[in-house]
Amino acid sequence: MGRTLAEKVWDAHVVRRAEGEPDLLYIDLHLLHEVTSPQAFDGLRQAGRPVRRTDLTIATEDHNTPTLDIDKPIADPVSRVQLETLRRNAAEFGVRIHSLGDVEQGVVHVVGPQLGLTQPGMTVVCGDSHTSTHGAFGALAFGIGTSQVEHVLATQTLPLAPFKTMAITVNGELPAAVTAKDLILAVIAKIGTGGGQGYVIEYRGEAIRNLSMEGRMTVCNMSIEAGARAGMIAPDDTTFAYLKGRDHAPQGADWDAAVEYWSSLKTDEDAAFDHEVVIEAAELTPFVTWGTNPGQGAPLSAKVPDPASFADPSERNAAEKALEYMGLTAGQPLRDIKVDTVFIGSCTNGRMEDLRAVADILRGRKVADGVRMLVVPGSVRVSIEAVSEGLDKVFTDAGAEWRYAGCSMCLGMNPDQLAPGERSASTSNRNFEGRQGKGGRTHLVSPQVAAATAVLGHLAAPADLDAAVPAGV
Amino acid sequence: MEPFTTHTGTAIPLRRSNVDTDQIIPAHWLKKVTKTGFEDGLFEAWRKDPEFVFNEPARQGASVLVAGPDFGTGSSREHAVWALQNYGFKAVISSRFADIFRGNSLKGGLLTVVLPQETVDALWALTEADPAVEVTVDLVERQVRAGDVVADFEIDDYTRWRLLEGLDDIGLTLRHEEDVTAFEAGRPSWLPRTQSV
Repeated sequence: MGRTLAEKVWDAHVVRRAEGEPDLLYIDLHLLHEVTSPQAFDGLRQAGRPVRRTDLTIATEDHNTPTLDIDKPIADPVSRVQLETLRRNAAEFGVRIHSLGDVEQGVVHVVGPQLGLTQPGMTVVCGDSHTSTHGAFGALAFGIGTSQVEHVLATQTLPLAPFKTMAITVNGELPAAVTAKDLILAVIAKIGTGGGQGYVIEYRGEAIRNLSMEGRMTVCNMSIEAGARAGMIAPDDTTFAYLKGRDHAPQGADWDAAVEYWSSLKTDEDAAFDHEVVIEAAELTPFVTWGTNPGQGAPLSAKVPDPASFADPSERNAAEKALEYMGLTAGQPLRDIKVDTVFIGSCTNGRMEDLRAVADILRGRKVADGVRMLVVPGSVRVSIEAVSEGLDKVFTDAGAEWRYAGCSMCLGMNPDQLAPGERSASTSNRNFEGRQGKGGRTHLVSPQVAAATAVLGHLAAPADLDAAVPAGV
Repeated sequence: MEPFTTHTGTAIPLRRSNVDTDQIIPAHWLKKVTKTGFEDGLFEAWRKDPEFVFNEPARQGASVLVAGPDFGTGSSREHAVWALQNYGFKAVISSRFADIFRGNSLKGGLLTVVLPQETVDALWALTEADPAVEVTVDLVERQVRAGDVVADFEIDDYTRWRLLEGLDDIGLTLRHEEDVTAFEAGRPSWLPRTQSV
């Protein structure tokens, strides 16, 4: 019988297989950042172990980094210590690092693909659950804990129990107003935050094939929000075109050999998935979350659901708690929800395509009075490109703040946070209680919905702008 | 890692589903560079509510957490495991755990036990009726016992053996270092390298 894409990549990395033991898998690329690595380096130091493959390891600073005044010392002493610890560890163990101020610095999941380090068929790990992003290239990429970070640093391998496989097929073409973010939010609402548990998801079908690499990264990025260990998309000409010419992409004859191998990385026709989900693209619309987990979402045109409408008692209970925390009432139209802050950025939606989409909507318009809008590029490279296209000017002319690169308000480890009770429309990936700041309330949205929301001051899609506020006013 | 064979202690019932790791340990605690000192950050936001179960005097000193489904979703932060351990938990029981959290907990010696929701309901009822009820989590017999509840649980032989012996995973892998070296010799030369060494 044939094999799925995930099984092919897995099989190609088995270092050792023994009865009654997990497979030992080789790791092709290990990404590090400041938050989940210090205790791992400490462990190496205590055991007197070196980093086995410094040439397959790269570190960047992102979670803690400020997005203002980056030329000044970092104000928060605890953040500063954590960043200094990473720098010290990188120097001591010989790991390549891109620190604040470096042209290659940025969110770890934006930096890897942009350097061409993420390639089809590879195994990629990072002490960060959104490592699933790299699956957009047909890599098997997943988040790990700090003990596993230490394990990979010491051995370049991980003992892993096998995953189950799930196919999510999105048939047909996405309607014009529907983005990759809407698609993945709808998938999570459909299968639930635990729906992917134990699975590697492969996204397939015409709507997926038609996505750009950036859209594919958005989809794979949020696989973890559906509980999956990883998300993957088979590599194709879109993937190869994105990679060609990047710093670490193969060149010349190596490129040809690589493309030949990469082209074999697709699920065989006679392969069987453990579970299959089919979605019709035509049925999708702009999608937003109303609750405190990413599965609590609905079409923007819907109303805040009544907790009593949930048959499952634990879901009902979760919905009650969510509405209370979010300060929402059942039956309230989602479009009536007013926001205080709009956040554009993160490993989900902090790339060029996202910034261009936002700029296209903001051009000639203004951010609504009383709304704060932050635009945080995913990396310094993204920032430079955006400036070269004049997007920074579009943002600031509209009244938005244009910041330096980093994770920023996605998780509020730096000063970019929501105040208690403050409400955001955010292009990030998690709407958990307090995620963007203690007591903050988060609605997850696409960049397009975020931009329209910033202009109108309430949750809105770009189509609402034409009806409400003529461009140029 | 300390070996885990069997543990008996009082429990805390946490009647919530989808408890994400941001709730278990909020992000601002993640700036610490040690594995200790996270106990005060555990469920920090919820513990501000005097009614929260963790604040009941009878729950002090509990070492078994009985949680709702989908415990440990979200961020991969192993700090969540450290926070639970620093607080004094030896085991967490739920009908379903998020994958990364479960992996982290079993690596670090915090035993995560999967039991059907009916059994979790029964344990909740038991400990809510009497906070002094002791729950035994027996890894040798793969069984949870409390009051009249006796429930077998599944855990793969390899993980069980590693926990019972308290073995260091890295040490186990390094026993097969020659396999790793042999694998490396066969990797295509065009695979990317972050730097030349």
